[in-house]
Amino acid sequence: MDAIGVLMTCPMFAYLEQELEKRFKLYRFWDFPSQRQFFKSHSGSIRAVVGNTKLGADSALIDALPRLEIVASYSVGLDKIDLGKYEEKGIRVTNTPEVLTDDVADIAIALMLGVLRKFCGCDAFVRGGKWKGGDFGFTTKFSGKSIGIVGLGRIGSAIAKRAEAFNCPISYYSRSEKPHVHYKYYPNPVALARHCRILVVACALTEETRHIIGREVMDALGPEGVLINVGRGAHVDEPALISALLEGRLGGAGLDVFENEPEVAEELLRMDNVVLLPHVGSDTVETCEAMADLVVANLEAHFTGKPLLTPVV
Amino acid sequence: MASHPHHDGAPPPLHRRPPPRVLLLRHPPHFTLLNRPLPDNFHFLKPWESSLPLHDFLSSADARSAEAILTSGGAPVTADMLRRLPEVRLVVTTSAGLNHIDLAECRRRGIAIASAGDVYSEEVADLAVGLLIDVLRKVSAGDRYVRQGLWSSEGDFAHGSKLGGKRAGVVGLGRIGLEVAKRLEAFGCAVLYNSRKKKPVLYPFYSDVRELATNCDVLVICCGLNEQTHHMINREVLLALGKGGVIVNIGRGSIIDEKDMVQLLVQGELGGAGLDVFENEPNVPEELLALDNVVLSPHTAVFTAESLSDLCDLVVGNLEAFFSDKPLLSPVLEE
Repeated sequence: MDAIGVLMTCPMFAYLEQELEKRFKLYRFWDFPSQRQFFKSHSGSIRAVVGNTKLGADSALIDALPRLEIVASYSVGLDKIDLGKYEEKGIRVTNTPEVLTDDVADIAIALMLGVLRKFCGCDAFVRGGKWKGGDFGFTTKFSGKSIGIVGLGRIGSAIAKRAEAFNCPISYYSRSEKPHVHYKYYPNPVALARHCRILVVACALTEETRHIIGREVMDALGPEGVLINVGRGAHVDEPALISALLEGRLGGAGLDVFENEPEVAEELLRMDNVVLLPHVGSDTVETCEAMADLVVANLEAHFTGKPLLTPVV
Repeated sequence: MASHPHHDGAPPPLHRRPPPRVLLLRHPPHFTLLNRPLPDNFHFLKPWESSLPLHDFLSSADARSAEAILTSGGAPVTADMLRRLPEVRLVVTTSAGLNHIDLAECRRRGIAIASAGDVYSEEVADLAVGLLIDVLRKVSAGDRYVRQGLWSSEGDFAHGSKLGGKRAGVVGLGRIGLEVAKRLEAFGCAVLYNSRKKKPVLYPFYSDVRELATNCDVLVICCGLNEQTHHMINREVLLALGKGGVIVNIGRGSIIDEKDMVQLLVQGELGGAGLDVFENEPNVPEELLALDNVVLSPHTAVFTAESLSDLCDLVVGNLEAFFSDKPLLSPVLEE
């Protein structure tokens, strides 16, 4: 199999590169100064692409690789992949569901706790020597607060399970009501926001869910409400979020994703009622290794004629 | 003080007697933070308003009339203090911890004690879990990274460590420890514990805290401070926890030998720490301030708007109950 050409779109995880290199002929897209030159010399050798949420495999890439058979995404999110086109061309696509569910759910809860209990502020208070000058002041209790989940998929359900251990009542919005689920359902995000204290975005990014959290939802969430985003930056109308926070129409926000990563708006950087993370939802050593193993396993399965482990298309 | 014969020898109920005199060791910050006045059906003695130092104030006629003591912020209630106050029958503390009260002297005198009871067990458990996730997933460090503009200039942030699947050792399985255990289970942790005695729970019990540490990836300190637990978490225990091990302390600073812990953190022999309490608050060892694998909190476990409000209600409720001859709302019972 080491003659099979695999193109990796951008740096992701050293372990993944090592494992791919052991089994295939790995081409690192970022090592080539000219993309055009790369395609001219190597496009005929590439039979697989490994992409992620930063740099997926878009239409242009598909067109440039005539021997492409499979795209294995090092992510669960598929927003950077032109699924329709792959199906059309008979190219297989896999992602990494399940293995990162726990980590993302953990970060969602961490953001909730962080915004309400001001961990970052407390830590900075102590590091800055301010404790000697007096107490920090008081924060807001997390246990028992009502939580609304937008998207009750794997990640949304995992968030709900954790929040229940903190005695938080759970409600949700989803494309359709889920049977056998004992949480309260709301038919749209505004209604959900009206009835919860903390709103968390955990759905996939599609045409329909782009800017699903806009001004109306934030106003419904209110001056004591908190917005948590562990989906994609594009789920939230970011300028509207910044105004809502600045004007006190929204109480706080915990964000792991942004519309234009790694750029984060200046105004957010100055607020003390927000927690900002550099898209670390699934960034633990354990999970990244598991994701990498899944990418490699899917590629091996494909090239040995076995069923794919986690196919999307 | 006029006395009305009511029950045999028992003091008259609250509404039929002059306001009970309560010695305040400091003005309870819980009331101040909420802008809530102290109840006006009690007479509060405030030593800080006197020009006398506390020691002398306690010998004054004013102080000697005190029937109860209200302590907050760990202001100590010593045997010496109690001996100067022969009328005291009740000590109310705003904490769940009792290490600042001379329990033996209270017992000897038949003085009742009311604590914070269960009022903020959830808050403290939330903090413990929050500190643990913060250390493992580098939340505060990640937030700093973004705010300092390093995500744009330096690229991706460092990887953290997964919480699920970790073996979590809870030291002290009281009200707070149980709330911590329940939460950690939902994250997929395997919970183990050490306590003075075995509890009717399904978690595996370890009678020796070093053995517990050997079998855990993280340790969460939820016990009270007393003679047995002082410096219980020492170099030996921390080494048993190991290089990747994480310790969280929401009990009292002196349960951990702070010097040992700091040294091991600096040397890389301990993976990380989440600390709300320290041996000499508000002083925090300088070395910790420079470490990225440590999350520091200024003893705020109980300071949420909700618990402050509940606590004020509880303090007033206990005082009123006691002086109305009713059972205390949150008595400290002898074990």
